[in-house]
Amino acid sequence: MSLIDISGYLLFIAFIAYLVATLLFGGAIKSKKPDGAVQRAEKWGKVAITVTIIGLLSQLGYFITRWIYTGHAPVSNMFEFTTAFGMFIVGAFILIYFMYRVVVLGFVALPIAILIIAYAAMFPNEVNPLVPSLQSYWLTVHVITAALGQSILAISAVAGLIYLLKDINSKQKSRNRFWLEFILYFVVLVVGFVVSSITFKAMDYEAQFTYVDKEEFESEIVYYMPAVFGMNEYQVLTDDVMEPLVEMPPIINAKKLTTVFWSFIFGTVIYLLIRLITRRRIIEMLQPLVQKVNLPLLDEIGYRSVLIGFPVFSLGALVFAMIWAQEAWGRFWGWDPKEVWALITWLFYAAFLHLRLSKGWEGRKSAWLALVGFAIILFNLIVVNLVIAGLHSYA
Amino acid sequence: MEKKKKRTILRSVILVVLVAAIVYTVYSSATKDKVEVLKEGAEAPNFELVDLNGETHRLSDYEGQGVFLNFWGTWCEPCKKEMPAMDRQYATYKDQGVHVLAVNIAQSDFEVQNFVDTYGLSFPVVIDKTKSVMTAYNINPLPTTMLISPEGKVEKIITGEMTEKQIASFMESIKPE
Amino acid sequence: MMEKIICVCKHENPVGTKICANCGRPLTEEEQNSKVLDMKYDGSAIRSKTYNKSIVDKIWNFFSSVKVGVSLIIITLVAASIGTIFPQEFYVSAGTELERELYYEKTYGSLGKLYYSLGLADIYSSWWFQVLVGMLGISIIVASLDRGLPLYKSLKNQRVKRHESFMKRQRVIAEGAITEGDSARTLDLIEDKMKNLKYKVRREGNALLAERGRFARSGPYINHVGLIIFLLGVMFRLLPGFYVDEAMWIREGETRAVPGMDGYFLENEKFILETYDNDPTESQKQQGVNVVAKNYQTNVKLYKQSEDAVAGQSDNLELVQDYSIRVNHPLQQEGYSFYQMDFRLNELKEMRFSLTNKETGESLGPVNIDLTNPQKEYVIDDQTKVALLGYYPDFSGFENGEPQTKTPTPNNPAFIFKMITPEKPDGEVSFVAIQQTIEPNGDNAYKMAFQGVETRNMSGLTVHKDRTIPILAIGGFIFLLGVAIGSYWSHRRVWVQQLDDGTIMLAAHTNKNWFTIKKDIDAVTEYAHLPKYVDQLDVEEQNEKEGDNTL
Repeated sequence: MSLIDISGYLLFIAFIAYLVATLLFGGAIKSKKPDGAVQRAEKWGKVAITVTIIGLLSQLGYFITRWIYTGHAPVSNMFEFTTAFGMFIVGAFILIYFMYRVVVLGFVALPIAILIIAYAAMFPNEVNPLVPSLQSYWLTVHVITAALGQSILAISAVAGLIYLLKDINSKQKSRNRFWLEFILYFVVLVVGFVVSSITFKAMDYEAQFTYVDKEEFESEIVYYMPAVFGMNEYQVLTDDVMEPLVEMPPIINAKKLTTVFWSFIFGTVIYLLIRLITRRRIIEMLQPLVQKVNLPLLDEIGYRSVLIGFPVFSLGALVFAMIWAQEAWGRFWGWDPKEVWALITWLFYAAFLHLRLSKGWEGRKSAWLALVGFAIILFNLIVVNLVIAGLHSYA
Repeated sequence: MEKKKKRTILRSVILVVLVAAIVYTVYSSATKDKVEVLKEGAEAPNFELVDLNGETHRLSDYEGQGVFLNFWGTWCEPCKKEMPAMDRQYATYKDQGVHVLAVNIAQSDFEVQNFVDTYGLSFPVVIDKTKSVMTAYNINPLPTTMLISPEGKVEKIITGEMTEKQIASFMESIKPE
Repeated sequence: MMEKIICVCKHENPVGTKICANCGRPLTEEEQNSKVLDMKYDGSAIRSKTYNKSIVDKIWNFFSSVKVGVSLIIITLVAASIGTIFPQEFYVSAGTELERELYYEKTYGSLGKLYYSLGLADIYSSWWFQVLVGMLGISIIVASLDRGLPLYKSLKNQRVKRHESFMKRQRVIAEGAITEGDSARTLDLIEDKMKNLKYKVRREGNALLAERGRFARSGPYINHVGLIIFLLGVMFRLLPGFYVDEAMWIREGETRAVPGMDGYFLENEKFILETYDNDPTESQKQQGVNVVAKNYQTNVKLYKQSEDAVAGQSDNLELVQDYSIRVNHPLQQEGYSFYQMDFRLNELKEMRFSLTNKETGESLGPVNIDLTNPQKEYVIDDQTKVALLGYYPDFSGFENGEPQTKTPTPNNPAFIFKMITPEKPDGEVSFVAIQQTIEPNGDNAYKMAFQGVETRNMSGLTVHKDRTIPILAIGGFIFLLGVAIGSYWSHRRVWVQQLDDGTIMLAAHTNKNWFTIKKDIDAVTEYAHLPKYVDQLDVEEQNEKEGDNTL
């Protein structure tokens, strides 16, 4: 068994451990103990956090073995980076858990990490050689610090989500309820993406096309999902596959649009099934689980996560990035889309801190802001990498 | 009241300084060229190049005389048109203390010699093999002509083709007194 | 006389003060009615709110406002994001304005055209974006001055004893008799424990103030100083002499003056492109990439002219550095750096011909033409030679019977040869271009048969000097230091008063991290047998919940 295989197994073990830990955290919430600081970390919670730590160690094992095998920190493509991001979220959760010992955090943070790792697994996971610009120890330093900062910031969104789940009245129609349900619906869409990818992969679906790209060159492209949208001036090469329904102009990548479309269809179907079977909103299903949480404490956890994460993020995503850019390209800032979105993230959390400190935006407002911040981080990870091309684009 | 006045003055000073900094930044980034460009009126950078006959020409040797410094290439259309005109005017002005120096940008001896022979040019033609003089004078488009006064100042920078009439008046303008 | 608020305790506070700096009594009606005091800036008057008279004061107040500051942050954020919708024009390889406009229209349709014409394709250099960042800078400075100074004064002059109305309006409070032991020793016990917990303790009669981590309050102001230094550094780049950013293309074998770096010359010895020899991976296939580059490298020699040399003198060059410039490994010399940025492969360097008899195919000898330095004559033997009559590196057609060249670069070389052979001692003229031969008489006996080429590569380097880097580094460091101080430390204070009957009144405040201060108070409570404290926010929440039981 080669090192890369071991690495793969370790990641799988970690994935399973996180799943089990999520259930255990669920059990810890359900046990009807009063919500005192000491009792909270009782039996179930202890088992759950132990399993989480085992999972993290296993994933660290994946990270290190892959590092040894490839010879560079495994953060150089979409699969590697996103997996590491999931790992850091678990790490950040464990850090915050040992500060506050709030089990319900695990019940939300771990599923998010699981979804992120599952999302990562949909990208090609083979080892790619490094292009010259990435051959620098700054790749390790910059990317890991930035991802760590983002992960700690993500915990504030976890706290924010729990805060809102408890704070918002799920029985009464309101804008708050609508948007919170919308966020949960978005989470289901991510599940939809994973399910659709796995489904079509299991069917071995493949369809090859030629098309004319925006530079007017003829190129080839392979779809792994039934092509709903066709590339510019496409020609089908594979027999017996679905003809695209609509042809897209050259600037739109119809393959990615098709992926988005199927994720949307699968996710929506799953969501509707949940609604039909339980006859409730997802908020209503989750709300009983968070009834015992202490709102000021969650508010503080959210704020504290931003306080811990913001300096790390500034260091990794801005300062180290600038040092590396200065060394590689001779300019510390180049207005590359990824750079700009790191700046936007930074500005957003700066605004968050100012609103909180000076305008007293605490509690619900602060929780919403934390969720918006996480949305920006995900936007930078997903949309900027996959849609807006630039120096950082991985796939 | 004294305190209030002091406060107003202090605040005004801080605001004025900060606003001035912004205005300066916006203004200079809007007007600034990417490179520091040699401007008219500046001291002409000294240089030394060798012509096709192996003779060395140093700008400072021509102090007291006007120098009509022309940067060119064999492939450039306007150069082909203006070079013979320059040659004719050179015949008139060389005895009045105006020198013509044609600087070719890093082409081969063969091409330059061929060009000079074809057009029968009589003024010295030097080749800037390392683009060093071109860099010192921030030459971008060809042809570019620099009129250098007897005092060694850049009198005028002309980019693009010149008519024979213009060439004559330019040479006239840098004639030593 | 300026207006003052005179507190019951006779202390004069500036207008706008919320909490008396002396005794801590709430001064505004809002504070008097609230259960928990608004403790930001410790209730001191924000300077700008103190006066609002002249136009200067109004402008000052505008920039001092946090609302304005946050709005500026948000506007900057939105503007920055708009700039990422389509690529910025400096990433578009189109030379002129017209070409760029056409590019945006062609690639992104009418939206792209609109984007370009609104100037959004160069948004970060637009005057209004710069003004926006500048205003953010003013806001940072003014707001920090306005809040930092009063806060500093108020913390420096704080009293140990606070009024009951202040104590009772803190978030965490405790009131009542001690649970066991001698009440006369209570304050001593508290002092012991708090000192143990690394608090600084001051006592004044029956009152005690324990304080820890006051320097954490300076964090935001320190990081703002860092940001301002950083912005100043960015501004300094515009001053002459601070910043050099030049591109240079240099072919293998060439020596070129370095633009922006007087007196230095660079020789390109060799450009190397290495690729990985792996089989294409799945993601490479998806991207349509067959090979992945492993290394871009230019082996260079950097020379310096002698001190008294002038431009153009390239003899007597002194070798300064022999270096291999690679991505991430620039050549550095006296504050200048040379970066590997681009390359062009396989430019023609030499063309090889052989003088050949058309009929017999017999070759009289080779003629190799170095395109960088063609010769007038190529002698094979005393009776056989080839004279070069004309050389056109980038042949573009004939004009008045004359061959023309578009550029000085040998993209499409053409020659006029005169072939002198024993058979034709007067010579035969032939025009030779790639895949084209023209003979004026059309009956030449000999031809220049094409044999092959030698090529060379060209490296694109950038030359950089940025003297603002140290300023930016200092600014960045101070910023990080300030952020760390402000984030990882908290300012905690505990006020205790023992009333005449021996009962204790305790109040605590922290600017963040209530969880930790509660742990400290837990420890003191146990050690000194204090009455149990309450968190008034928790109480508030429970009350709300009670009114909400219908859920």
